Amino acid sequence: MTLAHRIIPCLDTDGSRVVKGVHFEGLRDAGDPVELAARYNVEGADELVVLDIAASRDNHPTFLETIRRVAQQLSIPLAAGGGIRSLEDARSVIRAGADKITLNTAAVERPELIRELSNEFGAQAVVLAIDARRENSCWKVRVHGGRTATGLDATEWAMRGIASGAGEILLTSIDRDGTQSGFDTALTSTISKCVGVPVIASGGAKIPRHFFEVFTEGAADAALAASIFHDEVQSIRALKSYLRENGVSVRLPC
Amino acid sequence: MKVTVIDYRAGNVTSVERALRRLGTEVSAANRPEEILSATCLILPGVGHCAALMGALDAQEIRNPLLERIADGIPFLGICLGLQALYESSDEAPGFAGLGLFKGRVSKLPQTVKLPHMGWNQLRASRPSALLRNISPEAYFYFAHSYAAPDSGPENTALATHGRDFMAIAEHQNMIGVQFHPEKSGAPGAQFLENFLRRAA
Repeated sequence: MTLAHRIIPCLDTDGSRVVKGVHFEGLRDAGDPVELAARYNVEGADELVVLDIAASRDNHPTFLETIRRVAQQLSIPLAAGGGIRSLEDARSVIRAGADKITLNTAAVERPELIRELSNEFGAQAVVLAIDARRENSCWKVRVHGGRTATGLDATEWAMRGIASGAGEILLTSIDRDGTQSGFDTALTSTISKCVGVPVIASGGAKIPRHFFEVFTEGAADAALAASIFHDEVQSIRALKSYLRENGVSVRLPC
Repeated sequence: MKVTVIDYRAGNVTSVERALRRLGTEVSAANRPEEILSATCLILPGVGHCAALMGALDAQEIRNPLLERIADGIPFLGICLGLQALYESSDEAPGFAGLGLFKGRVSKLPQTVKLPHMGWNQLRASRPSALLRNISPEAYFYFAHSYAAPDSGPENTALATHGRDFMAIAEHQNMIGVQFHPEKSGAPGAQFLENFLRRAA
């Protein structure tokens, strides 16, 4: 009777197609978001994240349509983000069928946005996405898809975001993203152990052992991956069986 | 049977409507007093802040029509905040009165665990119920909340645990509340909704 550790496939989109890059660069097409969503829904994904990594103003209507079509496929929760800068943007995304909003750059630029969304939709609907890169002995927050340094310390920013009403942290290691060399368990546990909200670890997953490590050493509540699921390198079902055999609580669909 | 889903404009009711339509049910969304008064089966999905829900019930003048229809005995299902609204009050919204149909106060889960209670958890049935028909005792349901109802009362059908025990399925006569989101709980969630519709029919 404990809360299951969640496995979350992530669809990074250009608004309408799924794309994937390494270290946030070199994007290639990775499929149709609606088809992938339908597959993950039946394979036992615990939640789905859809991000608009182009996140331009012009793209917003296209992205809303993608959210609508993806949501139609799902009987699991959906988080969506990218380019959400106002309460109105967030409301349109929720009305399109998302259960949660993820905020990244816009929250750094205007931290009050977190409070505005949390007051309206509740903390459970506001996910603060943090892209962190190691600098000497600590982790610093970067924005604009990892291109821009902010000088913010990742732990301090996470705590500020939670104090403002974020109900969850989506923590991406820029150093590990796309490398398939394993999650950054040191980064994940540092943040997870000093915040009182769930932490979703992201960046670097390839094999089942990586997930085991991030749920145990990394103290993550959920783990997110993209290309290994899209490319069918790893099935969600087999991953969950492995985790259960190794004593990690997971939900097996029944 | 036609189901009326109360849309108080603060949350996402689309997923509830979609889940019901998948089961072949006729669904309409409503937020006007006269629509509530003519409903034959009501669902109150609750997402967001408790004060927003309570405030909307009063601002949109649907509190009394809702209480009236529930008193008439029509099937009612409250989801998440919709369950919490059935109680007398909530620590999340101290200035607001709940519907007061179940005794007790909604309070915050202990901070010894991560909050919100977010993700998939299991239920512990307190008694047999038609609502749990064809649902494995091992099944997981999706939760997303920080406040929860008490762990006892005549409405206790199933409990869940996160830091403390709390009401996961509250059921008394025609009034049913669930703390989890059946519309986002995969196959067991769909089975639960089907059981509710069957019980309502």
